[in-house]
Amino acid sequence: MASENIATPSATTALRRGLVLPLLLLVAWEIGSHSGLVNPQFLPPLEKVAGVAWQEVANGELPHALAASLKRDLLGFALGAGVGILVGLLLGLSSIADRIFTTWFNGLKQIALLAWIPLISLWFGFDEAAKIVFIALAASIPVILNTVEGVRSTSTKLREVGEVFRFSGPQLVWSLYLPAATPSVLTGLHLGLIYAWLATIGAEYFMAAGPGIGGLIIAGRERFEMALVMLGIVVVGLVGFIVDRSASAIEHRLVRWRNV
Amino acid sequence: MSDAILETALSTRRAFAARGWREWSGTMMLLALITRAKATAWLLIFPAVTLPIWIIGSERGWLAEQILPRPADVLHTLNEMLASGELAQHVGISLLRVLLGFAVGAGAGLALGAAMGLSRRVDDHVRPLFTAIAQVPALAWIPLAMLLLGIGETLKIVVIAKAAFVPVAMNTSAGIANVPRALVEVGETFRFSPLQMLRHVVLPGAVPPIFTGLRYGLTHAWIALVSVELLASSEGLGYLLVWGRQMFWLDTVLVAMIVIGIIGFASDKLLAAVEARLQRWRTDGV
Repeated sequence: MASENIATPSATTALRRGLVLPLLLLVAWEIGSHSGLVNPQFLPPLEKVAGVAWQEVANGELPHALAASLKRDLLGFALGAGVGILVGLLLGLSSIADRIFTTWFNGLKQIALLAWIPLISLWFGFDEAAKIVFIALAASIPVILNTVEGVRSTSTKLREVGEVFRFSGPQLVWSLYLPAATPSVLTGLHLGLIYAWLATIGAEYFMAAGPGIGGLIIAGRERFEMALVMLGIVVVGLVGFIVDRSASAIEHRLVRWRNV
Repeated sequence: MSDAILETALSTRRAFAARGWREWSGTMMLLALITRAKATAWLLIFPAVTLPIWIIGSERGWLAEQILPRPADVLHTLNEMLASGELAQHVGISLLRVLLGFAVGAGAGLALGAAMGLSRRVDDHVRPLFTAIAQVPALAWIPLAMLLLGIGETLKIVVIAKAAFVPVAMNTSAGIANVPRALVEVGETFRFSPLQMLRHVVLPGAVPPIFTGLRYGLTHAWIALVSVELLASSEGLGYLLVWGRQMFWLDTVLVAMIVIGIIGFASDKLLAAVEARLQRWRTDGV
């Protein structure tokens, strides 16, 4: 074990090794679906999945669904992030609000997110508003938690500076607590983006009105079109990956000033 | 003579000191009690404001019963479902599914994570495929799994196992790979056999991160259970939610949500306590 870990193989070795399993899997997939060993309904050949992908892109179905999902995702995220930062500031700055609400918030947080969907759909229906409320709820939770943490960890030195300058309340929040809490808030927003994308898929599964990637997957399942379901899953994974990476990049860029 | 005086003086001082201590600790206990009572009083403000509004609002029919049932109705439904054993049945099925799925997923995650952490070769081979699978949330896999496995128990176990598998494998491999080099070198100096190395060097260092992985795994398993029961089930807590939703029985929906929250809360607290214990054991032991 140890000797293996000392000798770090080159990046090309790692890449070569990393490709073995996926390639084997793809080959087995092709052989399985073409030889009839596996029912092609369960395992459509790769070229069929690619064909469906091409067709969905060409007829505009996929771009349309993706655009609808992303719009929902970002709208819900923006709403949730805004409310989340406000609530986080309130809980972090006011000891009264903290004493009244924090325990209840921690309790509500324990309810698995998707369990809110039936309640939200009873209150808001199945259309756009309900989905956005649910996505906002999902995004707000990590934003609240991290904003509270960021505000609380503002150093006493900074607080004293604020006192010396006799900052007013809003001035204190705007030019002292918020900048000090920024790294933590950004972490919260990053997590919020990830949660929001997950919630978008969940909302589209259960409140299946209107276009969207989640709706595409559910439709594929109902029509037993495995290729369509697979396409949807790949798109969900890719979007999640891209959102996560871009959020990381933005986070690094925005926090860099702290080290200068 | 002077000894006697000194003796008396000392004993008096001791007596005072003891009484002072007792008084002091009594005061502290009283203070702690008051702090506790104060915290509880603050906590009660929220329900004290919202409950009356809810009660009055539902009595006067500000909102339809399907939008907001009376608190008494929710309690009544809870009592009824408890008395008939219906709730216990749903909770039992859900818990059984989570435990089974978690056992399968965590077992596989521990095995793969250990192999990845111990061998660079295995890690190189498996990591890209693992990352690709991990990237897609359990929720997105459910429709695919439904096509392949139908909507029976296998589906639930597989989906829950996948959800638990990812964090367990990730934390196990990281925990083992991050055991300090210095410790491994000490083991090599002592010419430990691989088994000794595992027992005395790798495991003590890796247990806390592995446990963190197990904790995440259980949380994810619980969330996956709710998702899969919402999508495809005829019993369990998730089904209770869907059913209540279809029937417009908001009281049933609320009861199911409360139970889901309580179980999530309790399991999280339990695992956090075990984790804190493990961390202490680690600092004591090393």
